[in-house]
Amino acid sequence: MKARVFVTLKNGVLDPQGKAIGHALNGLGFPSVGEVRQGKVIDIELGETSETKARAALKDMCEKLLANTVIEKYEIELKA
Amino acid sequence: MKSAVIVFPASNCDRDAAVALEQMTGKKPNMVWHQDSELPDVDLVVLPGGFSYGDYLRCGAMASQSAVMRAVKAHADRGGAVLGICNGFQVLTESHLLPGALMRNANLKFVCRPVSMTVEETQNAFTRKYANGQEVSFPVAHGDGNYYADEETLNRLEGEGRVVFRYAEGQNPNGSSRNIAGILSEKRNVLGLMPHPERVVDPLLGGTDGRGMFESLIETLS
Repeated sequence: MKARVFVTLKNGVLDPQGKAIGHALNGLGFPSVGEVRQGKVIDIELGETSETKARAALKDMCEKLLANTVIEKYEIELKA
Repeated sequence: MKSAVIVFPASNCDRDAAVALEQMTGKKPNMVWHQDSELPDVDLVVLPGGFSYGDYLRCGAMASQSAVMRAVKAHADRGGAVLGICNGFQVLTESHLLPGALMRNANLKFVCRPVSMTVEETQNAFTRKYANGQEVSFPVAHGDGNYYADEETLNRLEGEGRVVFRYAEGQNPNGSSRNIAGILSEKRNVLGLMPHPERVVDPLLGGTDGRGMFESLIETLS
C-alpha cells in the first residue's frame, strides 16, 4: 500500500516562504496570484493490506514525527 | 556542578558549550552521544546549537526522537536542569519539553550577529545572577528562530513569568512573537533560548554577558 501525506501550516500561522513565492510569482508576470501557502508532500510505502490499520499507523506517524501539530496540520491519502 | 553536553550528528556548538562549561566550572562536561540511552549522573544537561540531523523534516524533529532524548526527558521530569541553546531550543520544543515552535525567520534570512535582549525573569536557576531588566548582548546565528505559540500559550507564558529573555525593542532578528528570545518550562528547570550565552563567556571572544547564566547555574546546582 502507498500513502501520500500532506503537511501544511495551520490557518493563521504566518508562512513567510509562501509569501515570498507569491511575490516571486507576481514578479514573474502572474498578477492574479493572491495568497500562497506552501507545505510538504511525503510518500510512504507501507507493508500493510488493511486500510484501517494503515490509516491508524499513518495518523500515529503524523502525530509523532511527520507534522508538528503546534503549527502544522496533515492530510493522509491512501493508494492501493 | 556536573554537566553533560548532548552531541547529535551535525551539532556544531557542542564544543563551544564544552569549552564554556569547563572554563566556568573548572570541570570538563560529559559529552553524550545521541544514541546513548542513559545519562551520566549530572546536574545540568546542555542541548547545543547546530543543525542536528541536517535539519531534515523540521529543525530538531529528528533529534527529539533520539534515544538520548528519552533520558533527557526523564532527567527533566525529575526536576533536573536542561539548557537548550539555538538548535537545542528547537529540540526542546519538538520534544514538548517547552511549548510552541520555532519557525523560519520572518525575513527568510539566516541571521548571524550580536543582539540586545533584556533579562525579564531572575527567579530561576539560569538567570538569578542577572538583574531584573538588565540588558545583555548575546550573538544569534540561526535561520529558524521565529518563536510561535498560540495567543493562549503566549499569555500563559507571560502570566507565569516564563519569558526569561526578550529581544530589545527594534532588535527582534527573526519575527518572534512578542519579541520572545527564551522561555522556561512550567517547573522552571528547562530553559530554551535562541541566542548563544556560551559564545560570550570570554572577553577574547567578544563579550562576557553570558557568564551570568553559568554563574547562576553553578550557584544553584553546586
